[in-house]
Amino acid sequence: MHNEPAISPDLIAAHGLNAEEYQRILDLIGREPSFTELGVFSAMWNEHCSYKSSKKWLRTLPTEGPQVICGPGENAGVVDIGDGQAVVFKMESHNHPSYIEPYQGAATGVGGILRDVFTMGARPIAAMNALSFGRVDHPKTRSLVNGVVEGVGGYGNAFGVPTVGGELRFHSAYDGNCLVNAFAAGLADADKIFYSAASGVGMPVVYLGAKTGRDGVGGATMASAEFDDTIEDKRPTVQVGDPFTEKRLMEATLELMATGAVISIQDMGAAGLTCSAVEMGDKGDLGVRLDLECVPVREENMTAYEMMLSESQERMLMVLRPEKEAVAKAVFDKWDLDFAIVGETIAEDRFLIMHNGEVKADLPLKALSGTAPEYDRPWVETPAAAPVGDVAEVDVAEALLTLVGSANYGSRAWVWQQYDTTVMADTVRVPGADAGVVRVHGTPKALAFTSDVTPRYCRANPFEGGKQAVAEAYRNLCATGATPLATTDNLNFGNPEKPEIMGQLVGCIKGIGEAVAALDMPIVSGNVSLYNETDGSGILPTPTIGAVGLLPTLDALIATAPTDGDTLVLIGETTGHLGQSALLAELLNREDGDAPTVNLTAERAHGELVRAAHAAGLVSAAHDLSDGGLALAATDMALAGNIGVTLDGSGTGWWFGEDQARYLIATTDADALVTMAQAAGLPVAIIGKAGGDAVTLGTTSVSLTALAEAHANALPARFG
Amino acid sequence: MKAAVITFPGSNCDRDMHVGLQRATGIAPQSVWHKDTSIPEGLDLIAVPGGFSFGDYLRCGAIAARAPVMNAVVDFAKRGGLVLGVCNGFQILIEAGLLPGALMRNAGLKYVCKAQTLRVATHDSAFTAGLGDTATYAIAHHDGNYIADDEELARLMGEDRIAFTYEGNPNGSQMDIAGILSENRRVLGMMPHPERMNDPALGGTDGERFFNGLVGALETA
Repeated sequence: MHNEPAISPDLIAAHGLNAEEYQRILDLIGREPSFTELGVFSAMWNEHCSYKSSKKWLRTLPTEGPQVICGPGENAGVVDIGDGQAVVFKMESHNHPSYIEPYQGAATGVGGILRDVFTMGARPIAAMNALSFGRVDHPKTRSLVNGVVEGVGGYGNAFGVPTVGGELRFHSAYDGNCLVNAFAAGLADADKIFYSAASGVGMPVVYLGAKTGRDGVGGATMASAEFDDTIEDKRPTVQVGDPFTEKRLMEATLELMATGAVISIQDMGAAGLTCSAVEMGDKGDLGVRLDLECVPVREENMTAYEMMLSESQERMLMVLRPEKEAVAKAVFDKWDLDFAIVGETIAEDRFLIMHNGEVKADLPLKALSGTAPEYDRPWVETPAAAPVGDVAEVDVAEALLTLVGSANYGSRAWVWQQYDTTVMADTVRVPGADAGVVRVHGTPKALAFTSDVTPRYCRANPFEGGKQAVAEAYRNLCATGATPLATTDNLNFGNPEKPEIMGQLVGCIKGIGEAVAALDMPIVSGNVSLYNETDGSGILPTPTIGAVGLLPTLDALIATAPTDGDTLVLIGETTGHLGQSALLAELLNREDGDAPTVNLTAERAHGELVRAAHAAGLVSAAHDLSDGGLALAATDMALAGNIGVTLDGSGTGWWFGEDQARYLIATTDADALVTMAQAAGLPVAIIGKAGGDAVTLGTTSVSLTALAEAHANALPARFG
Repeated sequence: MKAAVITFPGSNCDRDMHVGLQRATGIAPQSVWHKDTSIPEGLDLIAVPGGFSFGDYLRCGAIAARAPVMNAVVDFAKRGGLVLGVCNGFQILIEAGLLPGALMRNAGLKYVCKAQTLRVATHDSAFTAGLGDTATYAIAHHDGNYIADDEELARLMGEDRIAFTYEGNPNGSQMDIAGILSENRRVLGMMPHPERMNDPALGGTDGERFFNGLVGALETA
């Protein structure tokens, strides 16, 4: 093993391995690792691939249910949607690359999650993107927003998947670390799901897709480190996306799967060839031999180290039935994609990497993933938040216009009009409402998609914040008329080696776990992104929840727009909780108080009431209440229908409080709706009417025109 | 009506076009692969769907316009066959020389996707004879800014070959042009997608009317 750097403490540290972890390697293999082996360990044992800080806590999450076909551990989760069909979905972060190189970072984030979905045998039918940026006037924000949005669109639009939802937030805590969380969902036959476990000895290991280059070498290790002023040096670790190749790779993969040639399949994502080969061997209790001279490359003189750690995009690894080799090759020739047999499965527990006849790595395969370090990191519970300080009564009109015109609560159309929202011609509801809705092609069914989290809540109270992220997703699905099915979690946090950050992670996971159990929407896939810190300053804890719901027919779909003369009914209890509210943050520049408490029993009962009332013909439109409380929810409905609303009541807490488990319902039969709610013992009140051309909150009236203008201009005025 | 839809690598609206045509004709259109050197016999219509053929690398539609199948498409058009190009299909037909002008990057430099109302600028074609005065379809493109020299624009106007114009120009197109016809009025290129607006559940049925009108015009022809 010549021409390779000698193993030194500096080299080990540069691979993100600490002294203890290096000793673990020495103990495991009984000798000094080669350079390539060190790279392999570094790739397998970094936070991004091994979940070494979070695994202990992730295990506590509820992941099972009668609807779950496959939970976490594969490329994506699989959930039954009836009639022999399944929805396959996952959310994954591409935070660090997007901050370094926004367009390519975001684009390859989308590419990676789409690949996770079609690797399972599912054709992607919907995408979402949850984005968090620094404060609007931070010098980097504008270019990050434009780059990330263009990257998301550039990849998803060309690939041809509709983007039907997402989130966009701005907060100074993300000044040095933006978050790009990409979600994708696909559709498959429930009995034709493909998994990563290899089977059979001597089976060909086949490389498919794009050629391997030097891009992204060490990317997963980069994504597991904090940023500092050397960040520009990290640009070469960001991969470059090619949606055209990905589209062909998907078509070819799905076509190949239909021929029965595929035994197992794994996409090459983080740590590319290393992770995918180890995963297939580990899950199948087999060893793997790779002959790297067979790997299609697009650069000259690539070393074993570079090939094993490259994160070139749009690549797959498969174990094929040997008798189907010619069929498989024909499919890939048709789509003009590379196809090469690069190794085989072997009986021993061994990961053997050969390059031109030379042994570059010879490691126990199971140990690479099975004995990855797992830490029970010290954590401290986040101290209870002090009660919210006094909030003087606000000028309701000014407050409403401020919120509606803010970067955080204004219209997101400027973003989602840059995404193809209607390709595949099944989009029933584009972004901008509670949830995006896509028909299950050729059936009466539809799926609803939402992603949610309120990071301010999570910082003040990780447990309630974790619960709230799930509860809000649940509400968004119910307000759309969908029955919530399952969730995926994308946990974005700072440095887990700090006990207070670890405490945020633990608290949020506990809250998420309690909520998904109570609301019967198990976690079926997910991703953890830690070390989102720059110069020691961390992001807000941001556990993004992506959720999927089912509409058996479009009759179940609840409209967003009230009609003239509808009565407005509020479901749920209002105490006027202003702690950590949007009002405090946007109008008063305050982020104090505790997060609102989430009563999961009430959430479930109220959500079920909304769907039952709609089934009984008592709901003409619905909207959940979240950030900005009743005032913002009523305004959203008014803008959706281009019709005024008049609500009774008074007081800042009534209008802008953020008590949970609430819905605003427009109905033509308020009495029946009230009777139905009361019969179930649920809090309900008739609070207003739809009509006119203004939003009237008690004694304050703001014209719809003024609100619409502030809402529409919120983003173009700042970023257009 | 016997129709076929061409698929290039990177096409992503081919299925949508199949569905749109099948709903109107009751018959599944045939699929034609870009590497084919001939097209099925007896076709009435060839549809060139939207997407990002060959990744839109080089220039939108430029590589697809040189695909093996395009010689047969050009011959078909010259013989008076109906050819419909939507979005990337429009770009391909221009690059193939079947329609004049060029489609540049949107004036706002951003991709734009939304429901778009159009004025039906001529009813004198098999494609537009069955339409009303306006129609709402979806637009979804980055390069839909139609441009041609003054002489060409004057000819399009004079020969009544502007098929659709935008109500509220979303991309900077000259004369608000959203779609144009060939000299023999048998080739239509348009940026908006009627196939995405052909079902009440998708937000409108103007696209259904587009395909039904096309079938109707062929039947009465």
